[in-house]
Amino acid sequence: MTAHDPKLRADHSNEIGLYEKRKAVFPKAINGPFRRFKWLVMIVCLGIYWGTPWIRWDRGPYAPDQAVLIDLAHRRFFMFDIEIWPHEFYFVAGLLIMAGIGLFLVTSAVGRAWCGYACPQTVWTDLFQHVDRFIDGDRNAQLRLQKAPWTAAKIGKRALKWSIYLAISFATGGAWIFYFADAPTLQYDFWTGAADPVAYGTTFILTMTTFIFGGFMREQVCVYMCPWPRIQTAMLDEKSLIVTYKDWRGEPRGSVKSAVKAATPLGDCIDCMQCVAVCPTGIDIREGPQIGCITCALCIDACDKAMADVGRPRGLIDYCTLVDAEKEKKGEEPTPVLKTIFRPRTLIYLGVWSAIGAAMLFMLGQRARLDISVAKDRNPEFVMLSDGTVRNAWTIKLRNMEERPRTFRVALDGLEGAAMFTDEMDAAAAKRELTFRVPADTTRRLRIYVIDRRRAEHGEHHREHGEGHRERGHGEFAFVLTAPDDEGGMDRSETSFTLPEGGGE
Amino acid sequence: MSKQRIDDATGVETVGHEWDGIEELNNPLPRWWLWSFYACIAFAIAYCVVYPAWPMIDKATAGTFGWTSRGQLDQEMKAEATRKAGLMAELDEASIGQIAADPRLRRAAIDGGRAAFKVNCIQCHGNGAAGSAGYPNLNDDDWLWGGDVATIHQTLLHGIRQPGDDATRMSQMPAFGRDGILDAAQVQDVVSHVRVISGQEKPSGASQRGAEIFAANCVACHGGSGEGGRAFGAPRLNDAIWLYGGDRKTLTQTVTNARYGVMPAWGARLDPVTVKMLATYVHSLGGGEEAPAPAAPEAAAAPAAAK
Repeated sequence: MTAHDPKLRADHSNEIGLYEKRKAVFPKAINGPFRRFKWLVMIVCLGIYWGTPWIRWDRGPYAPDQAVLIDLAHRRFFMFDIEIWPHEFYFVAGLLIMAGIGLFLVTSAVGRAWCGYACPQTVWTDLFQHVDRFIDGDRNAQLRLQKAPWTAAKIGKRALKWSIYLAISFATGGAWIFYFADAPTLQYDFWTGAADPVAYGTTFILTMTTFIFGGFMREQVCVYMCPWPRIQTAMLDEKSLIVTYKDWRGEPRGSVKSAVKAATPLGDCIDCMQCVAVCPTGIDIREGPQIGCITCALCIDACDKAMADVGRPRGLIDYCTLVDAEKEKKGEEPTPVLKTIFRPRTLIYLGVWSAIGAAMLFMLGQRARLDISVAKDRNPEFVMLSDGTVRNAWTIKLRNMEERPRTFRVALDGLEGAAMFTDEMDAAAAKRELTFRVPADTTRRLRIYVIDRRRAEHGEHHREHGEGHRERGHGEFAFVLTAPDDEGGMDRSETSFTLPEGGGE
Repeated sequence: MSKQRIDDATGVETVGHEWDGIEELNNPLPRWWLWSFYACIAFAIAYCVVYPAWPMIDKATAGTFGWTSRGQLDQEMKAEATRKAGLMAELDEASIGQIAADPRLRRAAIDGGRAAFKVNCIQCHGNGAAGSAGYPNLNDDDWLWGGDVATIHQTLLHGIRQPGDDATRMSQMPAFGRDGILDAAQVQDVVSHVRVISGQEKPSGASQRGAEIFAANCVACHGGSGEGGRAFGAPRLNDAIWLYGGDRKTLTQTVTNARYGVMPAWGARLDPVTVKMLATYVHSLGGGEEAPAPAAPEAAAAPAAAK
């Protein structure tokens, strides 16, 4: 939350506003280990976001050559050597579950690290705040400019700054669409006006959300809109690392000068307000953990610098668990950092997370790249032919999930004496084994008719000895799919043959 | 009303109201939220103006965009028709035989025919084309008028027993019992014979008498051994498939009163492409026959009535 200074409140304590204007935040530039870490994370995140769609990946002539592609139009998800079909969507669901548990893991170990370093809202807000400093100068210059009247110079600066915001936002919104189509082609189509309206619409919406959320809403998104800070209060426990102001060491606060004059010794906090000045959400960490703290740790950098300047030990503001805070207060040794991170709760999260990951990798290695699924006709269940034989029909789907056309062989397993033909064949050419060409990366749908010539003749026999045939089931058989090429592969689908009740009368 | 103060536990100012010691904290909503609320109201008003919104006596206000769900459907159907136009033109140009010979056109015709069947044919022939008593099962290999694709097409175009269509499939079995050609006992004898040649009964005295009656009255259309006659639409009697039923009661009724099933002449109701697609689809249902070698226009020669 924003800072509550009782003195300030007293000034206008008689007005009660129903709505509160945003208190603009002008964070001061700071350097330090955490700031440098933030730079690194920011470069990595933005690099992944903007770079990924342009990575090429050779998959042969029948598949796109984009490394990461969510091909909604053709219902395929490509990720390097992995291709996910719609019926394998559980892999994506598994990834999302892993992302969720991963967040639990990170949060219980190191608190709101996601919020502080990797969240897109944080990364883009940080980027926009650098733009602010580049155009308007640091905190004090920004404050002065905010209060200044709208002169030509200020209008010019604002226009320039907002143009840069807009350019970054457009680059952000525009990059998103490249994940859903071939990037170089779409890039060309986009600028020649030939792209799908959805591409322009998506770019516009994401440009505007980036512009508004990153340029103007900033910490308001974290405090008011985002559910994650609320969930996180439940995820954190007394052993989670959070940014802590060590009040037992800092209080009572006072400047170096006043410390000299003070009757009782003062704490280490010199009340320089640097921790507040650098905070990107404009809070005072000395009020304790709060929803506005995204744990970006910039106040740690600021405080360490101030402590170094006055020659006091670093870490007045530092990552610290509540348990360690209690220990430190009593003057005990803090828990070793490895013990803080690796404890039962985080190990359980890590175990679940790795188990899901390992299971998915195993399934990925095991999955077949050819597949047969059969659906038996229910209307009519069987067809009686002139000579008294019976025919059943199936709709069969052959999936070729390889990036090349393949020849598949479909054969009947069981149902001796039966033969099959398709709706594109003559019934006289019925055979027990048929060969089909299935194009690369497609599903071929077939209508298969199976005639059981022998069965009608022996219908009586079957009914009489029905009990004896139970173990195999009545007329049960399977369609077996094989690939007669070097790679091979096999799939089968069990089904059953229906005879008229009463064996064909 | 009590005085505003800072709440100790939260450090937040109270609004100053107090009821039995219960106070309210002053946590104002952010102002941007208020503006987004106003923006939503403005959006709602604009939406009501441009889209149909206000219920009136018989319909809602039209909205200035003129959007209707039916209009949108119409638009989408037109777009779909445009998309398929090339293929439909090809199907229109090709003869039914050419469609059957071209795998690509054949596949398209089967799929289109399946859709058209669901709209026009399932009322009588059933969703799975399995028919019912009096309505032929189109999946089997027993055809009254012929099961090659050109003959099916002809039957579809002109229908069965359609007055006013010269090429319609027309046959008329005499009502042997009702019209007094055979007496009740003779009808039973013929029925016995028919049940013998279809393998449902063993030969008996009645069936032997019936065989003579059959030879005198029925062979002209149904053939000497009951193999049927497609030129007259006379069903095959020596097989396992019955249009109305092969039991004694149903056969007695058929011989006594005859049956005159009808089917609309679809050529007059549907466009030529749809009829071609339907013929191709029906032919693909599993019982389709190869076209006879010389594609003679036999349909035109179909006699108006059986003896």
